[in-house]
Amino acid sequence: MNKSRILFALIIAVLVLISYSAVFGFTVGDYIVSPFGEEIDLGLDLSGGVYVVLEANTDETGDELAKKMQQTKAIIQQRVDGLGVAEPNITIENNDRIRVELAGLENPQEAIDLIGKTAQLEFRDLQGNVIVTGENVEVSEVTYNRNNQPAVALEFDSEGAEKFATATGLLMDMYPGDENRDNRIIEIVLDDEVISAPSVSETITDGRSIIDGSYTIESAANLANLIRAGALPLEMREIEVNVVGPTLGLESLNKSITAGAIGLLLIFVLMLIMYRVPGLVADLALSIYILIALGVFIYIDAKLTLPGIAGFILSIGMAVDANVIIFERIKEELRVGKTIRTAVDSGFKQAMTTIIDANVTTLIAGLVLYNFGTGTIRGFAVTLLIGLVVSMFTAVFITRFLLRLVIKMDITRSKKLFGGA
Amino acid sequence: MKIDVIKSKKITFGISALVIIIGMVMMLTSGLNFGIDFTGGTLIQIDLGREIPVEEVREIMDGYDQNASIVHAGEGNHEVIIKTTNDYNNDERVEIFNQYKDEYNLDDDALINQQKFGASIGEETQRRAFISVAIATVGMLLYITFRFEFNFGLAAITALIHDVLIGLSVYSILRIPVNSSFIAAMLIIVGYSINDTIVVFDRIRENIKRTRKQPFDEIINTSIKQTIRRSINTSATTLIAVTVLYILGVEAIKDFALPLIIGVLAGTYSSIFIASPVWYLLKSRKSKVNMYNPNTIDS
Repeated sequence: MNKSRILFALIIAVLVLISYSAVFGFTVGDYIVSPFGEEIDLGLDLSGGVYVVLEANTDETGDELAKKMQQTKAIIQQRVDGLGVAEPNITIENNDRIRVELAGLENPQEAIDLIGKTAQLEFRDLQGNVIVTGENVEVSEVTYNRNNQPAVALEFDSEGAEKFATATGLLMDMYPGDENRDNRIIEIVLDDEVISAPSVSETITDGRSIIDGSYTIESAANLANLIRAGALPLEMREIEVNVVGPTLGLESLNKSITAGAIGLLLIFVLMLIMYRVPGLVADLALSIYILIALGVFIYIDAKLTLPGIAGFILSIGMAVDANVIIFERIKEELRVGKTIRTAVDSGFKQAMTTIIDANVTTLIAGLVLYNFGTGTIRGFAVTLLIGLVVSMFTAVFITRFLLRLVIKMDITRSKKLFGGA
Repeated sequence: MKIDVIKSKKITFGISALVIIIGMVMMLTSGLNFGIDFTGGTLIQIDLGREIPVEEVREIMDGYDQNASIVHAGEGNHEVIIKTTNDYNNDERVEIFNQYKDEYNLDDDALINQQKFGASIGEETQRRAFISVAIATVGMLLYITFRFEFNFGLAAITALIHDVLIGLSVYSILRIPVNSSFIAAMLIIVGYSINDTIVVFDRIRENIKRTRKQPFDEIINTSIKQTIRRSINTSATTLIAVTVLYILGVEAIKDFALPLIIGVLAGTYSSIFIASPVWYLLKSRKSKVNMYNPNTIDS
């Protein structure tokens, strides 16, 4: 038995082993290898969840806008954190947009409401009349009162200051004196929940007020944050929403996997029929291609989305293409009367420039798509780009290596089995 | 097998032109059917638990938008997908769903998908798509000019525009909604189809070097003959994979798979029957000689 045959058998064995672990995972002692399926991050369209894109309704641009967008993002982050979502993803897009992605939510409606609301914060009197809203709050920060106790300092904009002056004046007039304190309470309400209920001690005319009570630095900071978070610095409009229920996500994933598997099987069979021995080699190279591509996917933490799956399946088609180009060349070389070995070598050489030129042009399209696309389109571009690069690698190195190995194994010298006439 | 793409160019150009002209005329007369991600709008997908006739489903929707499109989906047509060009806000979407929930005794889980797009999104997607195609086209033109020559670039770009136009025309003729998935798929087809074309051009370039005294049309026909199996085999494998995806996939993935199928077919057709004849025309018009002249090609 020659060395090549042993090596070939070894390669097949390793390939089967890796494929097995990719599908089912395995455990050796403490060492656990999870199947690829568990390692790949799924996009919201496959895992179920919500994404919301908000756009700032503003004429501001440049640094001012950037600053406010950062603040808005931080506030939304705060609101989302309250929902208890694992790994919320909040990004600023296109300078004036914020994309919020939340996976696996119990109540998506509530989340959407919470994220986009500009002014959920209200200052109300005890009759429930709204005095000012969070939009009027300009500053909300921790300070110290006369007794050096932590407190929250508030500052309203001019409109808010005016309203606040009227309201506090009215309260002081209607319920004067210390004994009426409890009637002069102004409730600070966030999302219908009273977060603080200070009472007015004097008419506040300059829009600056201090909430004191028995605060610690921490609780004062917390209240200041809540009040601040109630007011997004920009009005955000909901311009895109997608809520994918968990069942749809699962259905999408399962159906795509089934479709992918069947498509793949058909391609494998077709390659065998069309190209025989090289077809078998191509099938092996394709298996390796799929493993590497998925591996890269996991490694760079790319999120697999539905369009991503479409892109991946298309990239398998392209990986096949590189092999087909090579094999057709080999066939031609055989037809001219070359031996199998020289036909394979010169076939590869001839095919190489074609493969590179053809793939570079596609690569250009993929890169442009990645740069200009958003959301789903990007998911598509990422898988396609990974697919292209990996497919070139496997076609150029692995297919060649395997083909040469098969020739060295010296099992057959029939040119017919290599596609010759 | 006898192939003469130069001789048959009147027929092959004619077929493409016919499809494109019908498509464009329909586009001008009745406009493209844009998806809600372009026009702005709302999608609500509900699992009703059993197949309910569309007319019945429509009764509730009529209170909101009588022009809403309602189609069945999912296993046994248990699901309905409602699309409207009104972009309902969160409360309105909940209200609509709640009516179905009450009518058909559903759980909250029955709301399997809801999407809303503001009108501004669509315009931007279109603008981005246009810029992307333009940049990708220039990029590829430059690369092909660098690796081959300008005429090859022009011919390849012509084939590529042909593919996009065919895709648009088919969508326009069949009144399929053009959405951002379609745009993404077209952009990919741009890449895929140029791949096909380059393989043929690469062979032409090689054959020109090899056989110095042959007329261009002969070189082209030989080159196509040499590469046609590869073109067909590759397209066939890709088509199989994408078609299976179309048949088995959910709605969202069908939106991708369909334009890919059309694009792969158009791309294969153009790389064989459009790209090379266009190059031939460019070449013979410019040099007025349809033979290789060592001074005109640098490859």
